[in-house]
Amino acid sequence: MGRNREVPEINSGSMADIAFLLLIFFLVATTVQNDKGLIRKLPQKQNETLIDINERNVFRVVLNKENQLMVEGELLQIENLEEEVVNFLDNGGETGKCDYCMGSKSKDLSDSPSDAVISFKSDRKALYGKYVEVQDKFTKAYRILRSRESSRLYGMDFKSLEEEYAKPETTQEMREILKERIKTIREMYPMQISESELIFKS
Amino acid sequence: MAKFAKKKDGDLPAVSTASLPDIVFMLLFFFMTVTTMKDSSLLVENTLPNASEIKKLEKKDRVIYIYVGKPTREYQKVFGTEPKIQLNDKFASIDEVGSYILAERAKKPQELQNVLTTALKVDKNANMGLIADIKQELRKVNALKVNYTTYEGNAFNNLQ
Repeated sequence: MGRNREVPEINSGSMADIAFLLLIFFLVATTVQNDKGLIRKLPQKQNETLIDINERNVFRVVLNKENQLMVEGELLQIENLEEEVVNFLDNGGETGKCDYCMGSKSKDLSDSPSDAVISFKSDRKALYGKYVEVQDKFTKAYRILRSRESSRLYGMDFKSLEEEYAKPETTQEMREILKERIKTIREMYPMQISESELIFKS
Repeated sequence: MAKFAKKKDGDLPAVSTASLPDIVFMLLFFFMTVTTMKDSSLLVENTLPNASEIKKLEKKDRVIYIYVGKPTREYQKVFGTEPKIQLNDKFASIDEVGSYILAERAKKPQELQNVLTTALKVDKNANMGLIADIKQELRKVNALKVNYTTYEGNAFNNLQ
């Protein structure tokens, strides 16, 4: 007696429908990958006023038309830029003004992060790619310092702080707290990059 | 004698649809790999620089795009090889940037008009002079939030 031991075949007729559904989903849902980039805020138009900044609070970076970098009067390789910026920002030269700074308290570098200004000038013939690279290094320096402080104060680095804030599932109360924290950290190391001509009083 | 029952006549054999899923899957994969959408066709070369410390540019409805780069090959005969600005679908000169921003801003809903970002999609081989001019124009029309759009990657590769 030949008993039928065959497993009944699965009906694959609806497979096509499933695949079609997927296809249509992808056709509809494909959007352009989100653009990413460096965010900057340009200064107001009427900003050509005299500012009273001490010379040592200015960190001068110049990009020439050969795409070379001059930092505080000396030629510098771009690999070392971020370290120099961190040293400059985190110096804390004026005692009592920045108790969280861990710099060398040198007399030639900034008083405190809130006084520190980076002056970045680029030649008109310099390449945009290099410009972005320099800007990237500045951002990185700030991010290192901000992350250090936010890990110390809140136990998480600055990026995850911001990500947590941006998450849709974060509750309203949590968001308020995070907002406050982000603001505190930002004020500890405010990003002050000037690309215009600095005019000194003296 | 009816061991092998004869099929009824006049019955067309059904077309096998077993390979239909495969065909559709092939289509699916084709579309998944090929789809890259573009808002406006590019008239300029646009190899963005790389950067690592970047943020996502979210909410596309709040962004105004400006493209800069040297014209692509088919336009080089007419427009030369100097980097140019592209606004929407055409080349523009530097003084048109301001009015373009204002026009785009006017198109957006009222509540978004103050939170717009200008995304500068600039080829990495463009000169800074042109960018500086654009930034001046942006300041004139009070469009202060800018985004230097980049690819994610190591910035050391920018000068090649």
